[in-house]
Amino acid sequence: MTARPAGPLLLGVRHHGPGSARAVRAALDAARPQAVLIEGPPEGDALLPLAADEQMRPPVALLAHAVDDPGRAAFWPLAAFSPEWVAIRWALAHGVPVRFIDLPAAHSLAMAEEGERERRPGQDDEPRPGQQDERRPGQEQDERRPGQEQDERRPGQEQDERRPGQDGEPRPGQEAEPRPVPVDPIRVLAETAGYDDPERWWEDVVEHRVPGLPGAAATDPLAAFAALGEAMTALREVYGDGGHPRDAVREAYMRIQLRAARKEFGGAFAVVCGAWHVPALEARTTQTADRALLKGLPKVKAELTWVPWTHQRLARHSGYGAGIDSPGWYEHLFASPDRPVERWMTKVAGLLRDEDRFVSSAHVIEAVRLADTLAAMRGRPLAGLSETTDAVRAVMCEGSDVPLALVRDRLVVGVTLGEVPDTAPAVPLQRDLSRRQRTLRLKPEASERELELDLRKDTDAARSRLLHRLRLLGIDWGEPAAGRGSTGTFRESWRLHWEPELYVRVAEAGVWGTTVLSAATARAESDALAATALAEVTALAERCLLAGLTEALPVVMRVLADRAALDADVGHLADALPALARTLRYGDVRATDTAALGEVAAGLAERICVGLPPACTGLDADGAAALRRQVDGVHTAIGLLAGAVPVNADGLRARWRSVLHRLTARDTVAGVIRGRAARLLLDDGHLAQDEAARLMGLALSPGTPPADAAAWIEGFVGGAAGGGMLLVHDERLLALVDSWLTGVPAGTFTDVLPLLRRTFSAYEPGVRRTLGELVRRGPAAGTDPGTGPVPGRESTAPGFGPVLDAARADAVVPVLRLLLGLDAPTGAAETSEHHEDRLGATG
Amino acid sequence: MTVSETIAATGAEVLRPHAEDAFADELKALAAADDRPRPERWRLSPWAVATYLLGGVLSDGTVITPKYVGPRRLVEVAVTTLATDRALLLLGVPGTAKTWVSEHLAAAVSGDSTLLVQGTAGTPEEAVRYGWNYAQLLAHGPSRDALVPSPLMRAMSEGMTARIEELTRIPADVQDSLITILSEKTLPLPELGQEVQAVRGFNVIATANDRDRGVNELSSALRRRFNTVVLPLPATPEAEVDIVSRRVDQVGRSLDLPPAPDGLAEIRRVVTVFRELRDGVTTDGRTKLKSPSGTLSTAEAISVVTNGLALAAHFGDGVLRPGDVAAGILGAVVRDPAADRVVWQEYLETVVRERDGWKDFYRACREVSV
Repeated sequence: MTARPAGPLLLGVRHHGPGSARAVRAALDAARPQAVLIEGPPEGDALLPLAADEQMRPPVALLAHAVDDPGRAAFWPLAAFSPEWVAIRWALAHGVPVRFIDLPAAHSLAMAEEGERERRPGQDDEPRPGQQDERRPGQEQDERRPGQEQDERRPGQEQDERRPGQDGEPRPGQEAEPRPVPVDPIRVLAETAGYDDPERWWEDVVEHRVPGLPGAAATDPLAAFAALGEAMTALREVYGDGGHPRDAVREAYMRIQLRAARKEFGGAFAVVCGAWHVPALEARTTQTADRALLKGLPKVKAELTWVPWTHQRLARHSGYGAGIDSPGWYEHLFASPDRPVERWMTKVAGLLRDEDRFVSSAHVIEAVRLADTLAAMRGRPLAGLSETTDAVRAVMCEGSDVPLALVRDRLVVGVTLGEVPDTAPAVPLQRDLSRRQRTLRLKPEASERELELDLRKDTDAARSRLLHRLRLLGIDWGEPAAGRGSTGTFRESWRLHWEPELYVRVAEAGVWGTTVLSAATARAESDALAATALAEVTALAERCLLAGLTEALPVVMRVLADRAALDADVGHLADALPALARTLRYGDVRATDTAALGEVAAGLAERICVGLPPACTGLDADGAAALRRQVDGVHTAIGLLAGAVPVNADGLRARWRSVLHRLTARDTVAGVIRGRAARLLLDDGHLAQDEAARLMGLALSPGTPPADAAAWIEGFVGGAAGGGMLLVHDERLLALVDSWLTGVPAGTFTDVLPLLRRTFSAYEPGVRRTLGELVRRGPAAGTDPGTGPVPGRESTAPGFGPVLDAARADAVVPVLRLLLGLDAPTGAAETSEHHEDRLGATG
Repeated sequence: MTVSETIAATGAEVLRPHAEDAFADELKALAAADDRPRPERWRLSPWAVATYLLGGVLSDGTVITPKYVGPRRLVEVAVTTLATDRALLLLGVPGTAKTWVSEHLAAAVSGDSTLLVQGTAGTPEEAVRYGWNYAQLLAHGPSRDALVPSPLMRAMSEGMTARIEELTRIPADVQDSLITILSEKTLPLPELGQEVQAVRGFNVIATANDRDRGVNELSSALRRRFNTVVLPLPATPEAEVDIVSRRVDQVGRSLDLPPAPDGLAEIRRVVTVFRELRDGVTTDGRTKLKSPSGTLSTAEAISVVTNGLALAAHFGDGVLRPGDVAAGILGAVVRDPAADRVVWQEYLETVVRERDGWKDFYRACREVSV
């Protein structure tokens, strides 16, 4: 297959394929070209020497962004096992010129933006169905497409939904594809070869051709490329551009670059590009035709830099991920000199041992045997990831998927973090931040200063959002300070202090996105998914609203709903609800869409209603006090919610009421909560005075332990503001308390005294004095000569007349009329005088 | 009663023939069509065994019915395990076809599924190793003639597949006697100064229930001699509804219950409730749920529906209604009165109440719950 002496060496690869990378290295070693051309943005040429820097460790990515809009960016991720990376390193090591030949990022970024306007889904050289639908909600519109567009894809892409070891299962989303699916060359080839799984076919014929294995005896390092090139040619004859119209432009540009290279180096150079492009680069076209294709391309000013990447990001299917399921496995395949399965199993065993699982060498032996036999049974030349995973599960994990998840996270995907030399240009996030600092006139200053923001002003609101976003990103430029006196929701105080380290933080935060908004959104989403406690997520939701990250809210809300559903502790739920209700109110102030939030909050309230009654029993004093506070919080929150959530508002309120009723009636419920529930119902008018008196009578009946009774009183009249006023106004209740108190035995009196003291000492002095006076006067005494109880009517409460005194009630009417402005001013003086007199009499 | 009578009337037919007899034709057709390499003393190649279990159409047009509906991967791992002479442990909650799979594997591999040790708390060591014919022993002293081999011992000497049911119910000391057999592939007979060495083709399939508590947990020494395959619950609601309605039909007939005309909707509902609570997420995947402590297996869904049918037939109008299954579901879900009740209430209030067409069911459940 060396029948290509004059032309350039075209190495068609699968992006991020370890077998391709190995083959590329072998081919370059054999052919020793004078130059290496690589599919990538030519603006990156200047950055290429950095790849040889000692500090440079893959995975890294080339990041291109529009200078005036850092939000528009594209990434070219490269791992150690990427053929492109191998080619770059080879060229740098051999002192051979290396260049990128793809369409300049200046054009692709601009084109992506245009494409965005026409139709949302950008297409890629080797696209995968479902990709378009995976758009994460938390990304800025203009930010994502170019990345999608230029992101290095490998053939066989629509396997992206697949997790290792689950091959053969239907993948969601594939049928839901709204547009005709562009052809996937590898799938077609695999189907021709009788494979139902293109990924597996590609692995069998290309990636698993490890030297030294039977069937991989590649005599000519170039043979595989030639064969693949032929296959692709055949495919493209049938499918044309395969549904990727933009490829024509890119390929035209690449051909022009090839022509230039031919002039410079003769035929002795190599080209590393996606296998799909090989036929197009071989095609004979005229310079003029190619130039015509490139005419009038839109253009933006683009800048490139290297950014560190991670294996997790390579594995991510959405966003800027490369959509590789198993970067760790690929790296292993690429790095292990021989016996990949044996080495892999040893690695897995080491990991499981570190996690204190019992795995012996015998396990490793059996796992290797099982994997090999499985491969033989499935007719594969070498055990692939699915065979090794099956074997690990059956032999080392006792059939369980739990340790297997660990293997997947740590090894199959891997935790490798790339590094980029300090000399690499600044990240766009810093640029975006500087721009925002300029527009908001918020200079980074080393000295500390206070900043008062009035959120009703647009600029101040934007400043507040920026500071909140930076805090989410761990860039603590501003810290919220206690506001000066005002507690209004429209005022915020910040303490600003910029330190040089913050530049480093900004650079670190660069992995989250290219603008402050997108980075904060991505970070919030990631934090939400990683959060373990419900309260963390609620706090995050609040911060998202403060920072104006509406895009991140759906994710946070979903996590919140999930955590709430699984949290078995009503206390946690009750703690979360008030914050949510508050957030709902903020949402109104800041005009964000909070419908989803309301739904989550309603669900939370529902769960509290179900779980609260069982949780109120068997509590000690501290637990009961804590829960009582939570009941108060929930009560307020449900009141707020009922207004904010139109759906089921009444149902929710009614359910909460029935829960409170149940609490008041159940003896096993802690006294303080029973009392509190009765009080809340009474205040809302859902418990008749008589009923309240009956409940209090029950709670204070002689059989009840005095400590319990005191707790009930604490719950009923203690704590909240105005607790004492009830006793002042309802002497019947006061009489009940009084008679109970006098009936408490001397021995237990000292026990209940602290509790009672706490209850009553919280009252305002005026209330306390009035109460004291009322008690001193005694329950049976008439309060006023005019309105004393009518003798013979026992049902009358002390201090109140048996019926309404119509004459005296009428006397109030003129004043009311005056207050409401219904009277002519002339009668005012007289009525007022009259009224004062009467009022005094009523007490 | 009726069933056995009918069968007795039709002749000497057994209630349930062994797999190798029931599917003799399929096995024969597979053996004829199978041209792949077979491990020694295997009746079929591993590929053909997998086909036998998962179903398929042979090149000569014979249709192989699927014996096990589930992930292909699991069956492949199971068959491959047997081919690598490792013992196979099938784990799963009750009612996931462990025994069924083990029987069919043995039938396909060795052509004989009867070399079976039924594990119970009282399984003696003799059942795993060998016993003695005491009359012989007294008359002639210890000899091979006086020895009563266990199914396992027979499988070793003949190169067959032995089966052990409910491995975790067997007392730990009896389990231990398996270790030598599985690792050394030999069974010493110290009384005779002899040993029985397993010939090629010998292997063991054990089944165990991973849900029950208080069973004899396998020692790690024994455990590591097994490759473990966990059989999952049915993957799709359709598959489960299918299994449930088929079984309910069978059970209902044996109980002389009149067939329910409109039962399918209710069966679907029971299956949905069970699946959602078991998986901890609603079928639309949008709401997470707490899972109760019970297993909620397919087998329990079957019993709930059967119970409901009996209620409907004897006390209702013969139509399976929400009220007939509500009590049964409550009983299956609420195993722990405190924790599970909250789980169930939450499920009712957050999922059932909002769902279209589930009003009757919600009301019926509320009635029995309070």
